[in-house]
Amino acid sequence: MELIVLAISCIFVNNILLAQFLGNCPFLGTSKKMETAIGMSMAVIFVLVMAGIITWVTEEYFLKQYGLQYLRTISFILVIAALVQFVEMFLKKSIPALYAGLGIFLPLITTNCAVMGVCLINIKEEYTFIEALVSSISYAVGFGLALVLFAGVRERILLARVPRPLQDTSIGLITAGMLALAFYAFKGMV
Amino acid sequence: MAKTLAQEFTKGLWDEIPPFRLVLGLCPALGVSTTMENGIGMGIATTFVLICSNILVSLFRNIIPTKVRIVCFIIIIATFVTLVELLMQAYTYELFLKLGVFIPLIVVNCVVLGRAEAFAYKNKLLPSLADGLGIGLGFTMALGALGFVREVLGTGACYGVNLMGSSYKPFTFMVEAPGAFVALGLMLCLMNMVGKK
Repeated sequence: MELIVLAISCIFVNNILLAQFLGNCPFLGTSKKMETAIGMSMAVIFVLVMAGIITWVTEEYFLKQYGLQYLRTISFILVIAALVQFVEMFLKKSIPALYAGLGIFLPLITTNCAVMGVCLINIKEEYTFIEALVSSISYAVGFGLALVLFAGVRERILLARVPRPLQDTSIGLITAGMLALAFYAFKGMV
Repeated sequence: MAKTLAQEFTKGLWDEIPPFRLVLGLCPALGVSTTMENGIGMGIATTFVLICSNILVSLFRNIIPTKVRIVCFIIIIATFVTLVELLMQAYTYELFLKLGVFIPLIVVNCVVLGRAEAFAYKNKLLPSLADGLGIGLGFTMALGALGFVREVLGTGACYGVNLMGSSYKPFTFMVEAPGAFVALGLMLCLMNMVGKK
């Protein structure tokens, strides 16, 4: 039951993009077309869940064991970079269809702060392994949900006439604000 | 080199000011700009990392192999971020707590990595230093300004000084999450209006 509450809070209430402000560069960068938005969401879901598990294990069985918590930042980013590289090579070799689908989004994930952010949140909130797993999955799903919803809205905006100074990123940000307002309504739930 | 050092420095303050002109580094800009103090604190921490990593990348640019350059950049950046983290924990603990997860996340701030890749890796030491300083200051200014707007509109005060008069009802929307997006979007619009003349 607690896990369900955790999942709902991670997907809606503390949505990684709209409430925690993590991963906003790809949020604005890849949301102009539905296709790229879906590609990016898939790649993030894939990597975030794996990264969440691996960094949790790194923290618990390596950094904590030897009292090296001050090396957390540097070791997490290396673990994530290595993971992304590994996933890329593995997919290229064995599942070329998926690799082609994710395309250039995969290498970009190394510098996606949503991935690193969730890993750090998992440690900060002192989640157990199962909780960390659930939170990683839910945050990733929340990311995908917000990105795909936003891409849908943004495709419509392309058809609308927007005043010149507001065009492109500016109207994008304001739209994101409206979407964030919608997600804000979930706040009382958990 | 076509540009002088001064030009490398000043371009970060207006022409290429992040996160407005270069749409990079949005996450810290949105996440910590609830008050001016937070924004400026975050800006200074980022500036420090940016300058140090620019210097180091520029010094080692002939040694770092092209193929593994991104990983090298990330290690350099992560080292300085760890340094900032420990320093802030020691000297400005309250600010450290407020900025929270965003301090270690400077590692994945695209502004820092972007400057290492786009500038420091191709340029000599002094221009890289000027570039780091300029972009860093620009980022600090932008975060400070955004923080100021949000704090004044959202609470009616800045640093505890009431600026809007006693009859002003705080527009709390601005300090909440959705307000961050709208405030940044409107500021971007304003910059476009001024810049396009």
